[in-house]
Amino acid sequence: MTDSEIKEIIFKLLKEIAPEADFSEITPNENIREVLDIDSFDFLNFLIGINAELGIDIPESDYGQLRTLAEIVSYISARVNLNQ
Amino acid sequence: MVEFRMPSLGADMEKGTLVEWYVKPGDSVKRGDIIALVETDKGAIDIEVFDDGVIDKIIVQPGDEVPVGSVLALIRTEKEGVPIVEPRAVEEPKPEKPMTKPVEKHIRVSPLARKLATELGIDLSLIKGTGPGGAIERADVERAAEEKKIVKPVPPEEEVSPPVTTQKPPADLKARMRRAIAAAMSRSNREIPHYYLETHIDMSSALRRLEAENQKRSIKERLLPAVLLIKATALALKDIPELNGYWVDDRLEVQEVIHVGFAISLRQGGLVIPAIHNTDLKSLDEIMEKMRDLIIRTRSGHLRSSQLTDATVTVTNLGDTGVETVFGVIYPPQVALVGFGKITEKPWAENGMIGIRPIVNATLAADHRATDGHRGSQFLETLNRYLQEAEKL
Repeated sequence: MTDSEIKEIIFKLLKEIAPEADFSEITPNENIREVLDIDSFDFLNFLIGINAELGIDIPESDYGQLRTLAEIVSYISARVNLNQ
Repeated sequence: MVEFRMPSLGADMEKGTLVEWYVKPGDSVKRGDIIALVETDKGAIDIEVFDDGVIDKIIVQPGDEVPVGSVLALIRTEKEGVPIVEPRAVEEPKPEKPMTKPVEKHIRVSPLARKLATELGIDLSLIKGTGPGGAIERADVERAAEEKKIVKPVPPEEEVSPPVTTQKPPADLKARMRRAIAAAMSRSNREIPHYYLETHIDMSSALRRLEAENQKRSIKERLLPAVLLIKATALALKDIPELNGYWVDDRLEVQEVIHVGFAISLRQGGLVIPAIHNTDLKSLDEIMEKMRDLIIRTRSGHLRSSQLTDATVTVTNLGDTGVETVFGVIYPPQVALVGFGKITEKPWAENGMIGIRPIVNATLAADHRATDGHRGSQFLETLNRYLQEAEKL
């Protein structure tokens, strides 16, 4: 799975949470939760979405590695491509 | 005959617009049934009935805006000779709509469709989306609205004006919600002599419990720290009941039940505070599920009237935004608001040792007419104690 495919899934899930957001303006190293004003409930729902779409179960202890778009993509990429 | 009235969904509500009746004359209703949809400053709200009986007469027609307390319909009750098969006392009505199943995913819906659905009183969970990835789009909502009109038989003698034309645009709803908040908060600041207390609570034990619990769970079943804070608040209120109630007619009415109102901010601005019924009696899982349900209902505009009317205290958790301390404004006629900030690692001295601990600042804004600082400080201390014994929550 390529990074841009992963990004597409991430944006699709974020769009459900923040329908009004303009994703083209998000830079790779910004904190997504701050930029999109995502609370902990929405963030959990986002991770549940990742789990449903890609089958990755993200342990709570890893939440700290999922702050920016770049971090999330690389975290997912490492696991999805390992599974394949 | 019982009069079914426009309910007051909070101190800030003056009137509401009847959007739709879900019942017609002759229909049997049970306590807890949703029988009407009402548009308010807080969005479209499902209104429940509080008596068992049979709808005798519909008085207010869809599209009519009436003040709080106006009679909307007349209901013949059991005493008047209407046989009721199974009258049941519903403490917390079992919702019959699919929306109340533990919802694991957001409904995919375009913002336009969501707004339209709210305006038309369409339950999004009942719509099958035809957009990308099954997303609900405007056309799907319009189709659902059409079907609803066809499926729902309207008694011929009732002349029903289409609710669509009487609806105001969403921008107006936003403005009205702002005005409603302004009215309630102005009243609060004008009438309630607030006092504020703050304490710092070591969350190590509570978060350890949460972590251990969450490790055993799949991602869908994980709990958030807010659940612990809410449960601990409810238990502490059981010990300090004077903070759980209403200030009415110059006296404190302590409430026996503990319904914690949970402030939910809306993305488009504004705030809704639905209640978690009997919070002290619920397990952490039940509270988490309830919060999930309330957040989804709040954001999709489909709360039930009882969820808005009867909070006995409010909790506001601003920890997600990064602030450390909340000085709340009490929602009248309640007499207390408990605030939590962000859980942050801090140096913490205990038993002559300094360590790094996750700390949350808990605040109490309380009505000085109802309680004094001494009682308030006992509450915060009790709250702290429950969070130190998190395994008992």
